[in-house]
Amino acid sequence: MSAAPHAHLPGQSRRGERILIGLAVGLTLLFIAAPMLFIFARAFAQGWQVYAANILHPATLHAIWLTTITAIIVVPLNVGFGIAAAWAVAKHRFPGRGILVTIIEIPFSISPIIAGICYLLLYGRQGILGPWLQANDLQVVFALPGIVLVTMFVTAPFVAREVLPLMQAQGTEQEQAAVTLGANGWQIFTRVTLPNIKWALLYGAVLCTARAVGEFGGVSVVSGNIRGQTNTLPLHVELLFNDLNAVGAFAAASTLTLIAVVALIIKAALEGRKQA
Amino acid sequence: MTAATTNTGAPIRAKRVLPGFTLSLGTTLLYLTFIVLIPVIALILKGAEIGPEGFWRIISSPRAVAAFQITLTAALIATIFNAIYGLLMAWVLVRYEFRGKRLLDALMDVPFALPTAVAGLALTALFSANGWFGPVLDAMGIQVVYTIWGIALAMAFTSVPFVVRTVQPVLEDMDPALEQAALTLGARPWAIFTRVVFPAILPAWLAGCTTAFARSLGEFGAIVFIAGNLPFRTEIAALLAYIRLEEFDYNGAAAIALVLLGFALVLLVVSNLLQVWASRHREASR
Repeated sequence: MSAAPHAHLPGQSRRGERILIGLAVGLTLLFIAAPMLFIFARAFAQGWQVYAANILHPATLHAIWLTTITAIIVVPLNVGFGIAAAWAVAKHRFPGRGILVTIIEIPFSISPIIAGICYLLLYGRQGILGPWLQANDLQVVFALPGIVLVTMFVTAPFVAREVLPLMQAQGTEQEQAAVTLGANGWQIFTRVTLPNIKWALLYGAVLCTARAVGEFGGVSVVSGNIRGQTNTLPLHVELLFNDLNAVGAFAAASTLTLIAVVALIIKAALEGRKQA
Repeated sequence: MTAATTNTGAPIRAKRVLPGFTLSLGTTLLYLTFIVLIPVIALILKGAEIGPEGFWRIISSPRAVAAFQITLTAALIATIFNAIYGLLMAWVLVRYEFRGKRLLDALMDVPFALPTAVAGLALTALFSANGWFGPVLDAMGIQVVYTIWGIALAMAFTSVPFVVRTVQPVLEDMDPALEQAALTLGARPWAIFTRVVFPAILPAWLAGCTTAFARSLGEFGAIVFIAGNLPFRTEIAALLAYIRLEEFDYNGAAAIALVLLGFALVLLVVSNLLQVWASRHREASR
């Protein structure tokens, strides 16, 4: 065994290796894979027809629609923000860059429930802007704008943190060459920068979508959980669960799980490409 | 002569030559100000409005203290579990080749991708009396659902990728020469791990554990399903803040939220310092 020190690094008696792999696989199957499989097992427990009836229930369809709309608004805005932030930080030098990067990362460490409370204290009826919003007949909290805003908060870093390191690593030589050749800003971005970052951008957008679709705590605070009105799909899962409609809850949860699985597959496919 | 002036002038001016600086920085600042900073400032202003005495009265009330204790205890249990399980996963995924390795690696992203409410629902049903695991554990006299163990379980599920994904790249980057040297010197595998490998990954591992702990303190969606939410028994701090909101007690909610925010920011700083230490470590060991 010690004859070939290159073949294996420590811990490398075959038996030890097998035990560790077995432990890792076993724990992951029980702890991570089983909950996911269980969702589908329960959702289809009473057959396809019951499943379809649950998904096609008007309240569930409305929740799916609301979640979709939210993602459709949030993800492009987030992509725009991510590109702007990465362009400013990676391609230019200015004082306070480090602080800016830290601020971009803040939503990662703040609990969504706190984000929701922040928004309620700002836009809610008793909030700082509450009287002004009411005077102008604008509703933010307990309506779509509040849901969108909180989701924007929670997902803010997703695209920026994927694109930024890549742009930084690529430097500015190519863009400078384009400037010398007389390209304008838009041409530089679409023909030089964008092709270099497109996979990382897509990767960030996929993660952002998954997060936007699944957001629960923050949306729960600002949406008011109004049945059939401000109930996003994750909130609808909770509502059905509290109604003791287990099959319905699992059916709704299975659509969210499916979205997560698709996101993971795209992510795995992009993993290799985004560095290139 | 002209060449000399461009040579000296270029590096400084070059950074400013690229267009779009004002537009991109302006967009970034505007977005961050309206989406992140102003709402957080609204919370801090609310805290200031409550005043130190009122603030203290709220957060030192028995129910709030119990909620903080439960949250911290469960987060600690979850983080200890993840510290070990996450390290095991990172090690196995980097060091060994086996069938299904890529799938195992992809499974480590499930807690990030799966909505927390779905995770909570699944874990609750799985560990309850009519689930797959509930009856087995019940026979062993272990109750998970509606106890602090359930809270810790939900926290562990949602935060495990932080440990794995922080340790993994550091392990991948490690110079094999160090371990080979130890091996040629006759060190046993366990000694090589504790004396060579572990010190090298320690900063990253601690940083991952800190982030996982921070995430556990703030977790809400997965926990409300499994906790049973009994005051003084299984009520976490984030939920107590939520309940205060529903009672229109905005001061109560804001005070508890501020404490959680304080924890989050302190842990963010600790984690960043550990990351800096980790990256210095990495460069030194390369």
